[in-house]
Amino acid sequence: MIFEGRAWLFGDNIDTDAIIAARYLSTTDPGELAVHLMEDIKPEFPGLVAPGDILVGGENFGCGSSREHAPLAIKGAGVSCVIAKSFARIFYRNAINIGLPIMECREELSGIEPGSDRLKVDLEQGTITHLRTGRVYKAEPFPPFMQEIINRGGLIEYVKARVNPAK
Amino acid sequence: MNQKNRLDHGSASNNSTNHGSTHGSTMVEKILAAKSGKKRVAPGNLVNTKVDLALGNDITAPVAIKEFERFGVDKVFDPEKIVLVPDHFTPNKDIASAEQALLIRQFAQKYKIKHYYEIGRMGIEHALLPEQGLVRPGEVIIGADSHTCTYGALGAFATGVGSTDLAAAMVIGEAWFKVPSTLRFEFRGQLPRWVGGKDLILYTIGQIGVSGARYRAMEFAGSAISNLSVDGRLTMANMAIEAGGKCGYVQPDQVTFDYLKGRVTGPYEAVYSDDDAVYEQIFSFDVSDLEPQIAFPPSPDRVRPVSEAEGIELQQVVIGSCTNGRIEDLRIAAAVIKNKRVHPAVRMLVIPATQQIYRQALEEGLLTTFIDAEAVVSTPTCGPCLGGHMGILASGEKALATTNRNFVGRMGHPQSEVFLSGPAVAAASAVAGKIVHPEEVAR
Repeated sequence: MIFEGRAWLFGDNIDTDAIIAARYLSTTDPGELAVHLMEDIKPEFPGLVAPGDILVGGENFGCGSSREHAPLAIKGAGVSCVIAKSFARIFYRNAINIGLPIMECREELSGIEPGSDRLKVDLEQGTITHLRTGRVYKAEPFPPFMQEIINRGGLIEYVKARVNPAK
Repeated sequence: MNQKNRLDHGSASNNSTNHGSTHGSTMVEKILAAKSGKKRVAPGNLVNTKVDLALGNDITAPVAIKEFERFGVDKVFDPEKIVLVPDHFTPNKDIASAEQALLIRQFAQKYKIKHYYEIGRMGIEHALLPEQGLVRPGEVIIGADSHTCTYGALGAFATGVGSTDLAAAMVIGEAWFKVPSTLRFEFRGQLPRWVGGKDLILYTIGQIGVSGARYRAMEFAGSAISNLSVDGRLTMANMAIEAGGKCGYVQPDQVTFDYLKGRVTGPYEAVYSDDDAVYEQIFSFDVSDLEPQIAFPPSPDRVRPVSEAEGIELQQVVIGSCTNGRIEDLRIAAAVIKNKRVHPAVRMLVIPATQQIYRQALEEGLLTTFIDAEAVVSTPTCGPCLGGHMGILASGEKALATTNRNFVGRMGHPQSEVFLSGPAVAAASAVAGKIVHPEEVAR
């Protein structure tokens, strides 16, 4: 799968309260959640983000609460992929489980003009291309087992296939 | 002021050079091996384990139930091994949250979930499950709540997951894990008065940072832990996630067994780390001179001793949550605030974490002490901890809370601020109207 979209930059330790505040957790609808994405740390963001956009975080992206509403809100906004130097473990699991594409890239993506520069992400090749500069970054590969969940489109489909392989 | 230096004979050593196959295993490695049918496992291995208990709450279970329904199955793997606790937005704060609670209630009825806790029996999940005897040493417990790591205090492998993980576990009774490497934290010395489990864990998070234990297990040990009550240990394991930890744990000992007696029915097998287990890193802290600790907003690792926080004016104090809403916490707070009054500029909320704790506090006269001091006493709820209800902050307000997180907007308005502490500092500061050392109010 190849995505191309505008990049938005976020720093280190972006917590799930920042991604979606608890006061909005009375719904499970990704579209309703998306309206408040990153609202407390970047109030204008829900009005800026558009389908296909790519979020770029620093270390420990998605730390804190286990709320799956965080990756759901990101998915609901139509974000195509989240790239971070590292992910907090529950967010990492959740993103893979619900089929939100993520990439861990240890190298700092530098010189990106947020909201205007575009990135091209190749999930199979594990590469991220900064289209304005042509610079290519390499992402960490997924273990085969996780790649399988991703290929299936999430944990539910993966487990279904395991429990009932004939289907 | 130079407390940090005094404590810095605390050292970190690394013994991960021993890669021989003869070395022993940590408690977590042993539990994950046993529950995945393997003889032994090593950090980095991916394992599929049996789940002894799977937990959801009124925020996470609705998402899990939606996912569960996609399986198209007509039963759960074991109705006795699923726990559903509507504790976050309950007693329901609005129609939307009531609808979510209704969804869980109906699911629990339909699938005959044994451990569903309705209002009146409900408590904050991570105080409730140990109290009700649902947590046993040596077990694998997952919960769609990040503070599920609390149960490591009783020698279980317990970790937070998301709703989809919970949904899958409700169907197949299994979950996958990457075996974590382990960081060992040794706390030497005797804790000073007014210093407890919360101060130890805040200090630790301050030392290693919010991603210092990312993906790792945290083993808490040493004389200060041996002498720590189960309530204090639960507080410590609870906040392992605030350092990014997969789990935090204390190996079972007599203190553990005394707590489990009369709560837990049925056999269980305590598991211990081998003497020659391999740790990624070992930290050793002398805590004899540790001051009460404060985490400054907006991150639980911005930790300083109380002497560096004194004088910060407060509008709200919260004593409660899965971190510090247990009976010992209420006793400490009541001892500090007895025969005193909450400062006129401060709202103080006391939230016993479970009905049993509520009743115990009532019988011990603690609630009268709080009410006499003009504090609010609430029915069990996570409430203000996550900015849900029952004590939301306005713009520009500052709160001191015994809770676990102080991220931007955590307790209300994005321009409000939350400081974290243990119950002694919180109660004393409510009286003073500003952050103070408990000694200044209690003497």
